[in-house]
Amino acid sequence: MTEKRNWPLWEIFVRSKNGLEHRHFGSLHAADAEMALENARDVYTRRNEGVSIWVVESKHITASNPEQNGEMFEPAQDKVYRHPTFYDLPDEVKHM
Amino acid sequence: MSEKNIKNLEEIFEARIARDEKIEPKDWMPEKYRQTHIRQISQHAHSEIIGMLPEGNWITRAPSLRRKAALLAKVQDEAGHGLYLYSACETLGISRDELYEQLHSGKAKYSSIFNYPTITWADMGAIGWLVDGAAIINQVPLCNTSFGPYARAMVRVCKEESFHQRQGFEIMLTLCRGSEEQKAMAQDALNRWWWPSLMMLGPTDAESVHTEQSMKWKLKRKSNDELRQQFIDQTVPQADLLGITVPDPDLKWNEETGHYDFGEIDWDEFWQVVKGHGPCNKERMNARVNAWNNGEWVRDAAMAYAEKNANKKVAKAS
Repeated sequence: MTEKRNWPLWEIFVRSKNGLEHRHFGSLHAADAEMALENARDVYTRRNEGVSIWVVESKHITASNPEQNGEMFEPAQDKVYRHPTFYDLPDEVKHM
Repeated sequence: MSEKNIKNLEEIFEARIARDEKIEPKDWMPEKYRQTHIRQISQHAHSEIIGMLPEGNWITRAPSLRRKAALLAKVQDEAGHGLYLYSACETLGISRDELYEQLHSGKAKYSSIFNYPTITWADMGAIGWLVDGAAIINQVPLCNTSFGPYARAMVRVCKEESFHQRQGFEIMLTLCRGSEEQKAMAQDALNRWWWPSLMMLGPTDAESVHTEQSMKWKLKRKSNDELRQQFIDQTVPQADLLGITVPDPDLKWNEETGHYDFGEIDWDEFWQVVKGHGPCNKERMNARVNAWNNGEWVRDAAMAYAEKNANKKVAKAS
């Protein structure tokens, strides 16, 4: 007799319409991927909210740690030269 | 972590909320914030799940196919709302199983309104109109609450909830424009659901233990009494439109305050129901626990099937 396992957690991503990216909609429990898709259809798209669904078992997602947001994201803050407004050009230059 | 450090973190945390920043699941949060949110979000989820029972009672007996389809869709929405909310709650580090266990053991509460029976079809109208109406008043401010997953779930819930109220009001309207007996049914339903609906908005401010902290964390934007007044002010004219009478002899428009004055709420009844002595507490809990227990073999079979398939895939690949 194997140890009893509960239905794992899945993260649900839905594309609202073609041309838009899949967006995280929420999560749900299901025994397998196929059931996760079926449940996601019923839980998250009862009113035509989507044309495509992705399901990913939650344990497969690796997330950054907000406590390390400093090291992670601050280096981008002092690189103003990555933005077009950093460069001074004479007004005569149009369309640039 | 030293006490001083924690105090410092708490101050930063409170300041973030005051600036209207959202808190996400992996952010540091005070233990009390976590526990309060687990309590409120799970209570909310449980209410959606138990809330399916009084209405489920009428699905097979709806008077027309149109009504049946609408009621079925509404009850299905409530299941969905429960699921959004359970998911939001689980991001705080509690498992679905623990949440169910708290509901089934009676440790966690759900909205007391669902401990009243639904004895006529008019109750489907009154619930949609009054109970969902009161729920919307409670829920709209939560779309801006500080905990991200809760706020996002509430946005979705609120979008769907307005159909619930309209379908309820339409049932009432149809009954009120029908025969004398039908109109009497609508009046009877209003008589029975009015006071419990007012109680749904929570104890008076003087009695409410969680208000101050909840305001800070934006779990609450207005006090229970303010919400109740708002509900009464918007609902009484709707009852007038239906041509039925709110069962409160003290109810009257107050020109000076611009609000309705209303009679004393029977808080003894409220606390009795909260404590488990309402007309249907036992019945609701039995139905819920039986559904969970009787479904166990289905859940186990689905899991066994999934594991078998996964093993097959591994065997094929190797």
